[in-house]
Amino acid sequence: MKTAFIVFSLIVFALLTNGLYQALVAAPTEATMGDVQRIFYYHVPSAWTAFLCFIANFVASIIYLAKRNQKLDAFAFASAEVGVVFCTVVLLTGPIWARPVWGIWWTWDARLTSTLVLWLIYVSYLVLRRYATGGQTATIAAALAVFGFIDVVFVYMAIRWFRTQHPQPVVGGGQGSGLHPAMLHALLMNFLAFAMYAGLLLWLRYKLERTSHLVEEAHAARAIAGDAR
Amino acid sequence: MLFFALLVVVIFSFSFEPTSEEAQRISGGLMWVAFLFAAVVALNQTWARELRNQVLDAYRVSPAPGWSLFLAKTIGNFLFVMVLECLMAPLFVVFYNLRSVGPESMLALSAVLGTWALVVNGTFFAAMSLRTRAREIMLPLLLFPISIPALLAMVSATTATLTGDSSPTLALEFLAVYDLVFTIVCLLLFDTVLHAE
Repeated sequence: MKTAFIVFSLIVFALLTNGLYQALVAAPTEATMGDVQRIFYYHVPSAWTAFLCFIANFVASIIYLAKRNQKLDAFAFASAEVGVVFCTVVLLTGPIWARPVWGIWWTWDARLTSTLVLWLIYVSYLVLRRYATGGQTATIAAALAVFGFIDVVFVYMAIRWFRTQHPQPVVGGGQGSGLHPAMLHALLMNFLAFAMYAGLLLWLRYKLERTSHLVEEAHAARAIAGDAR
Repeated sequence: MLFFALLVVVIFSFSFEPTSEEAQRISGGLMWVAFLFAAVVALNQTWARELRNQVLDAYRVSPAPGWSLFLAKTIGNFLFVMVLECLMAPLFVVFYNLRSVGPESMLALSAVLGTWALVVNGTFFAAMSLRTRAREIMLPLLLFPISIPALLAMVSATTATLTGDSSPTLALEFLAVYDLVFTIVCLLLFDTVLHAE
């Protein structure tokens, strides 16, 4: 575990360093936005990583409800936490990028709003976990995770249909079609680095969660043994 | 609770002094936010009163399926919140001098579908927040984020009908699908939450 962790950490460090180089030096400067556009290499990979974490959370929660394995619950918890962290990064880098490019910090556009709601849902999931009592935490948290994931679909459609009267952002260059190969390379390298970094965090959080659970179990077992004596 | 609802309406009326055209546009949103607050107060009491004398444990061991208990609670809450809305809506009409440009039947339909959306999830989350500390505050924390899409659709349908600017059909269809999906999810998952140990 210890060697594996060190190796994994070194790989992640190397990837992140390469990502930084790719984003700040290797990628060509964007024609209209200039250097500001480089935040793109953090914004988009963070978003993808957050979505991956939330998908992992949903899958783990579903399997937990069927199998009732404590390990799956710990994994679901860890992935929601890491997902919220990356989602926060997205919501912070978004306005920083939007201000110089669109001239506004925030707009109620479909993608922005649905990311915000996604963040709200998973924060409420973490709050529920913190406040739940006793052994039911895992079950009710898993139920909420299922609700949250289904809700995301509705959120996206609702916002697309019912909030269209608001100004649509001028989607800046660099997104969608026509991405320069060097930019795409930098983007994918950063995505790889961020995803690996999230994996590392996830692994650590999962281990920590498992350990604290085992410690709790050991305490409970000792208390029962003490009573018997 | 009725008094609480009345207070919400009055406070909103004091906070905004709109012209009649503005009132027509914003009252859909105001109305639903007021209903949402009132519904949360009602929903919080749904399961809490079953804790006394271990009534909830009696439900757990009873041979009746969990979903029937859930459905009964939901219908009870639904009727209750509907009555509350029927009493609050006239107050909005009086205070804001509202009149509907679109057909009134659409307003009634959006009230029914919207209330069901709030109540079905609210009843479920109330049962969930029963297992938490600070359960009174937990329910809105869980219910509000999940209800955002439904709230958008309700407000959109109500505003569209009141102003007559656009057709509320799309929003109502969306609400109907939302209601259907979440009713099914609640019914499927309720046994799990009821027996969570």
